[in-house]
Amino acid sequence: MKRIYVNEKWCLGCHLCEYYCAFANSGQTDMAKALQGVRIHPRIQIEEEGGVSFAVSCRHCREPLCVKGCITGALTVRDGVITVDQNRCVGCYTCILSCPYGAVMPSESGTAVQKCELCLQNAGGKPACVRGCPNQAIVYEEREEEAL
Amino acid sequence: MNYLIIGNSAAAVGCVEGIRQQDPDSAVTLVASEPYHTYSRPLISYLLGGKTDQARMRYRPAGFYEVNKVKTLLGKTATAILPDKKQVTLKSGETLPYDKLLVAAGSSPSVPPVKGLDKVKNKTAFLTLDDARYLEQRVKADTKVLILGAGLIGLKCAEGLRGRTPHIAVVDLADHILPSILDTEAALPIQRHISGQGVELVLSDAVQSFDRENAILKSGRIIPFDLLVVAVGVRPNTDLVAQAGGKVGRGVATDTFCRTSLPDVYAAGDCAESRDITTGADRVLALLPNAYMQGECAGIHMAGGEKPYDKAIPMNAIGFFGLHMITAGSYDGQEYRSDSGGCLKRLFYMDNLLRGYILIGDVGRAGIYTSLIRERVPLSSIDFELIKEKPQLMAFSSSERAKKLGGVRI
Repeated sequence: MKRIYVNEKWCLGCHLCEYYCAFANSGQTDMAKALQGVRIHPRIQIEEEGGVSFAVSCRHCREPLCVKGCITGALTVRDGVITVDQNRCVGCYTCILSCPYGAVMPSESGTAVQKCELCLQNAGGKPACVRGCPNQAIVYEEREEEAL
Repeated sequence: MNYLIIGNSAAAVGCVEGIRQQDPDSAVTLVASEPYHTYSRPLISYLLGGKTDQARMRYRPAGFYEVNKVKTLLGKTATAILPDKKQVTLKSGETLPYDKLLVAAGSSPSVPPVKGLDKVKNKTAFLTLDDARYLEQRVKADTKVLILGAGLIGLKCAEGLRGRTPHIAVVDLADHILPSILDTEAALPIQRHISGQGVELVLSDAVQSFDRENAILKSGRIIPFDLLVVAVGVRPNTDLVAQAGGKVGRGVATDTFCRTSLPDVYAAGDCAESRDITTGADRVLALLPNAYMQGECAGIHMAGGEKPYDKAIPMNAIGFFGLHMITAGSYDGQEYRSDSGGCLKRLFYMDNLLRGYILIGDVGRAGIYTSLIRERVPLSSIDFELIKEKPQLMAFSSSERAKKLGGVRI
């Protein structure tokens, strides 16, 4: 399956991916209206320190500890993509305890969690972070790979 | 192959899913005392609190058994394992044959030896959907509830009931709440938070005797109540395996494939022990993720595969009235701590390994810490100073990050 990969050498630390993610998941059609004056809650997050930066989002692990540990069954895998049913999630944060990448986070309401779902539920096609990255530091590709 | 599963919670579901990864067709039969579709046990407090309902409590979708070709015998109780005949007998008198058997029998509430407890009419444990329904029906705005035990179960029960009644008292002999997870210091901010929500915590005290609807404490205090919740602990259901001659400690003894000492009999979940890699000791880790993963490991092995479960650690993610905490591992060795803005962090490390941690308030990205414990990452291989500050992948080497985020082959 296609996954998101990050090459930190190309990351500019511009945080645009975070804004595109927040917009794609806002359900709105106008980016300025969706994000102006709003504290965003993106599902992809930039880490930066001493000139190095990179984006972190769900790896859609083959051995997903978040799904196996989920107490409600709200986190599921279908065709390799891990999604959360926020209607069933109660926000116990066992997945936050489990995820080795720190890629599951509380949703804005705090009563459920959110994570990258590869924009399959919203924009379609390429994930918004990939489309919005100005330097191809985030790519969406099919690769032969090791088990995550 | 004929698979038989005793139980219907996380470990049993993990076993079904483990078997089906290997063997899509052989017969799987699942027998359980409770007459319900598999439900998430930890959600019973959320049900009381109105934060979920019975449909959303299903641990797997309605079609789970059908899709996985599982024959269910719900509402039936297994009474004995006959390892020589490879059969399980049921209370109903039926006998079920097996080639491979999983015992995921869970645990039962402990009953404290308190004088007069048997005379208390309105009382319940808090482990099952039926327990939650019992409370749902009986607790009204003027009902005085007394909860014995300030552990996870007792306190989640208090939280779930708080919206129904303001009259809740929790009594525990320990001097702090959650004694199996926290020390006195870490428990303090959570105690304050829970007390602030109008739940009375009566600590360092115990019920000496019950006189109908009055609890007489060791301190001499008398607490009147209408309804009693007994949440002093649980006992792993080991009888089936023990009576069949299997090795049993506090829980059923298992190896890294969740095999018991009986041939072709496996055990998983709250009735079974696993090895805590942070101490090397075999113990019951009564946690839902552990139950699922043990069950899955057993299922895979029952069906001829091999995926050892050898990374078990104690871990908990809990919230009370909006205050979250995450803990994992063991609290021994050197300690790093920070306490800022109402958020407590304590990391415990020894012999170049992170051994455990406690986070209260800010729990974001805690899993990065958990992975250091689970994968036994040498602290000398990462920037420990950086990761102490906050959990982050920046603390790993860029080549390690290229594997984690860039899909570079290991």
